[in-house]
Amino acid sequence: MPVLFKKNPIDVAFSIITGLASLSVLVFIIGILYVLFTESSPAIEKFGVMKFLTSTDWDPVRESFGAATSLYGTAVATAIALFIAIPVAIGIAVFITEISPDFLKSPIGIAIELLAAIPSIIYGMWGLFVLVPIMADYIEPALQSTLGKIPLIGILFEGTPMGIDLLTAGIILSIMIIPFTASISRDAFNLTPEIVKESAYALGATKWEVVKNVVIPYSKLGVFGGIVLSLGRALGETMAVAFVLGNNHQITTSLLDAAATITVTLANEFTEADSDIYLASLFYLALILFVMSFITLAIAKFFLLRAERRFTR
Amino acid sequence: MKRERKRKIESFIALSLSTLAALFGLFWLVFILGDVLIEGIEALSPALFLNDPVPPGMAGGGLRNAFVGQLMITFFATLIGVPVGVLGGTFLAEYARGRKVARVISVLSDIMVSVPSIVIGTFIYAILVKPVGHFNGWAGSAALAIIMIPVVLRTTEDMLSLVPWTLREAAFALGAPYYKVIIQVVYRGAAAGILTGILLSIARVAGETAPLLFTSFNNSYFSTNMNEPIASLTVSIFQYAMGPYDSWHAQAWAASLMITVFILMLTILGRVIIRWRYGKR
Repeated sequence: MPVLFKKNPIDVAFSIITGLASLSVLVFIIGILYVLFTESSPAIEKFGVMKFLTSTDWDPVRESFGAATSLYGTAVATAIALFIAIPVAIGIAVFITEISPDFLKSPIGIAIELLAAIPSIIYGMWGLFVLVPIMADYIEPALQSTLGKIPLIGILFEGTPMGIDLLTAGIILSIMIIPFTASISRDAFNLTPEIVKESAYALGATKWEVVKNVVIPYSKLGVFGGIVLSLGRALGETMAVAFVLGNNHQITTSLLDAAATITVTLANEFTEADSDIYLASLFYLALILFVMSFITLAIAKFFLLRAERRFTR
Repeated sequence: MKRERKRKIESFIALSLSTLAALFGLFWLVFILGDVLIEGIEALSPALFLNDPVPPGMAGGGLRNAFVGQLMITFFATLIGVPVGVLGGTFLAEYARGRKVARVISVLSDIMVSVPSIVIGTFIYAILVKPVGHFNGWAGSAALAIIMIPVVLRTTEDMLSLVPWTLREAAFALGAPYYKVIIQVVYRGAAAGILTGILLSIARVAGETAPLLFTSFNNSYFSTNMNEPIASLTVSIFQYAMGPYDSWHAQAWAASLMITVFILMLTILGRVIIRWRYGKR
């Protein structure tokens, strides 16, 4: 849309000021990358890249650090969260777009958005005081006496149920990302042309067949983008997890053990780092987290843009 | 006939599961908000707002320092973040409309909106805490401002794009220069939307804890000096909830209630403005 306006000096000045303001976003991204890289350079020199990523050491006393324990905790907690959140979120989206009577659509939509607006510190505190006791007293013993008895799967539920563990962290994370996934899936479902749905009904399809064979194929790009976006958010979630995960730098096979994630390590140890290499290693973790989540979010954005473009041609 | 029945039953089961999923989501909302309300109201008292903390383990005291600190940090973050965000959004929707640069910055902002806030905390620590030599309130505000800017920028861009192009043309036809058109026509048309974006961005940072942990840190005394460590509600909640004392836990619940109510009110207010201005969407 070419704009024809007489170049006057105020316009030039205003376009420069606004242009600089919009460039600030770019400056932040490059600045974060550069600063985290320089701050972590002592650790990068000492531990390298592959070695740091695969080393399970996290020993401030011997000044030997590796990211594997934090990466493992991040991966497992996020995997549990997505495992619970994806089916629930898609169910919510189906309910809002296809089942719910009109007068309920808006209240339920608002309720889901409110759930998304609650800050993560509230989730964390609620998790510590309310969910942890429930997990420790009822849910985890029940899991142990049922799933824990099955060979192979049982390994996941070994140990003493304390409630401060990977499973609880994953559940809190899932509650946090359900609203995002649900609202993006809902928007993706809403892009399905009404006429195509009507045609399917006219051929005698049931509601579920319409969802399964028309709506979901039409909106799978958008839903997938939403899932990846939630994954990117879950990777960086700090406070909700910090309360209920302990801070245990070990790779455990049981979901009922305390662990550490990148974010929890940063939150708990950043102000206590007493040596330069310790602090540099923490910056190194922050850099890894930034790069990981940035790439994840970029992939999500790519799919969401493609989903939009399909319909707005 | 049999197949038809099977399909109907299948459909019924799938739809029931979806309904259950929706109930499951609402169940958590009611559960969490209910607990925050019940525990928070029990612990609310005038003392919470009027008194400063007492030494650990003693009964009584309040969180006056944290309320004031939180307000100051958030206020200055808004003061930095909102102008930059609104101006940046203006560039994308007006001067750079339809150009590649606008698309790229727009996509990057969307990504920045979801970048882990703790990473921004570490970044600010490196540039505003380490060189100064101690934690300070300004660093906290700067961290929150960086989180706010992309949010405000994107909503401003979207809202300005909703203003019909013909309105601008009408103003151009009267001989108005572009900056006047933006300020007097476009901003006026999009004011409600921009305001909503600002409200939502404040709601977004009001509950942020991670970026404050190692920027503004914490202060057990009352302080309004932004050059020194300053208390905030969210960091106090973290410290108190993790602490061993029941009186601390009660105050953490009360502080959580205040923050939650504040954020939900902002969120609902934003939605109401949008609905009133743009009708049902």
